[in-house]
Amino acid sequence: METILKIENLYKNYGAVKAVKNVSLEIKKGNVYGILGPNGSGKSTTLGIVLNVVNKTSGEYSWFGGKMETHEALKKVGAIIERPNFYPYMTAEQNLKLVCKIKGTNYAKIHEKLEIVGLLDRKNSKFRTFSLGMKQRLAIASALLNDPEILILDEPTNGLDPQGIRQIRDIINLIASQGTTILLASHLLDEVEKVCSHVLILRKGEILYSGEVGGMNSKDGFFELISDNLSDLKVALEQHPAIENTSEENGKITAFTNTNLEASELNRYLASKNIFLNHLVKRKHSLEEQFLELTKNN
Amino acid sequence: MKRLLSIELQKIWQNRASRVLTLTYFILLSSIALISSINFKFVGVDFRLADMGIYNFPFIWHFNTFIASQFKLFLAIIIVSMMANEYSNGTLKQNLIDGLNKREFIMSKFLTVVLFALASTAYLFIITLILGYSFSSYNETEIVFMDLEYLFAYFLKLVGFFSFCLFLGILVKRSAFALGFLFVWFIFEFVLIYMVRIPKTIYDFLPLESMYRLISQPFTRFKLYQTLESQVSGATQVRDYEVHLSTILTVMAWIVIFMLMSYKILKKRDL
Repeated sequence: METILKIENLYKNYGAVKAVKNVSLEIKKGNVYGILGPNGSGKSTTLGIVLNVVNKTSGEYSWFGGKMETHEALKKVGAIIERPNFYPYMTAEQNLKLVCKIKGTNYAKIHEKLEIVGLLDRKNSKFRTFSLGMKQRLAIASALLNDPEILILDEPTNGLDPQGIRQIRDIINLIASQGTTILLASHLLDEVEKVCSHVLILRKGEILYSGEVGGMNSKDGFFELISDNLSDLKVALEQHPAIENTSEENGKITAFTNTNLEASELNRYLASKNIFLNHLVKRKHSLEEQFLELTKNN
Repeated sequence: MKRLLSIELQKIWQNRASRVLTLTYFILLSSIALISSINFKFVGVDFRLADMGIYNFPFIWHFNTFIASQFKLFLAIIIVSMMANEYSNGTLKQNLIDGLNKREFIMSKFLTVVLFALASTAYLFIITLILGYSFSSYNETEIVFMDLEYLFAYFLKLVGFFSFCLFLGILVKRSAFALGFLFVWFIFEFVLIYMVRIPKTIYDFLPLESMYRLISQPFTRFKLYQTLESQVSGATQVRDYEVHLSTILTVMAWIVIFMLMSYKILKKRDL
């Protein structure tokens, strides 16, 4: 598969602060990538470097196999960073025309892209009259103008109300379904979980996890159980070979497994021991729990 | 080049404040013509400035370019604020992300500066021709087109001054502070020249001073002034009004320095 962006051993220091430490990443065509990390973990700095606005301290990156200079490559990229940046005194359409001039594309796409983000009826309104949600949608329209090979979105739903978040997500899903490669940086886990196929988790500038979203979820799950006699239940559970350990909390026993154990199998086993359950739930760690686990100060 | 110019001109023209300032600037330039109607009474005699020879070819080139260059601050405000706005709106960052590189960004600003200077020069050329043909005592072609080097000096003076402003805008990022810095720099040069009294060989190379010296003041060239001077002191002082090659080269060097420093700053900065 074609490589769109390759980052190798990237470092960035702001004085004594190490914002990015040894980040490597390869982005292939057609996938949807997420960069996850708490605020200040180096997501935006990493994107800033590959987008030519932040100077790297060391390391390498190359666009499209290194065949072209960064600013030429960026004409084939659509990116929005942190907040929508436009000229407040120009209308939506005028702002997009300016972007067309910079990217060297014709104006024909403006209508189409404004339609995708639902701003066609406001195209003659000045940018400064827009709500944050509309500004963000205009930014997406602008990033799509050149039908980019890759769309880079940095915290696209930051500061939006629930409807705004929903609109942006629908647009992202639409674009992803059309096969556009997307790189999405966010601190919102469900956002990444819902749209991304691959994920890179950063903490304090370092990579904690890099791989498929599914790969993160492959850890074994756990059971929540309640019965009339909790101590008998606990003893019985600890005798089962697939149960690694148990804990009791709020009148509920949580049992962690070490292999894949079906709920029905566990139920049958406990029934054979004459223990009948009031409550049995099998759960997997959500991405959020794994993320918090990973980014804990370890 | 056309692309870079069209990008920058769109940014300026669609901003109402800079559109108004640009128009004001060109209207003010035309107001040079109004000087012709100034009448005043002096020792009971009616004087009309237009009849005092200030509109005589070729002297008019010197006079008009000197007066017109005083209005350059209007355009300087546009240039400084358009640069500072790029920082505060975050559009500098967005322009780069959209695929403009830092060199192109500076070039688009500089080309606009040159275009402004060219437009001012062409406009002034036309106004001066009209005024000259209306009031000058000499209309012979070779006299009319004498001393055109003042027009070139005017052009260079504008480009130099605007380049300085552009550099300050990039350096300081805030329009008010950049204009403040310009004023402080002006005072700094003034102090160096008139209070510290550094030697002429050095102060000739200061940026604002060298730009000022491109077109020396024309007032002592008036017949009226010279008559008065000779009556008061008994003789007229010989003054040098020429446009000097050394000054031209100094200003050109400053333009190159300002643009290179702008690029260096922009390149080094994390946005």
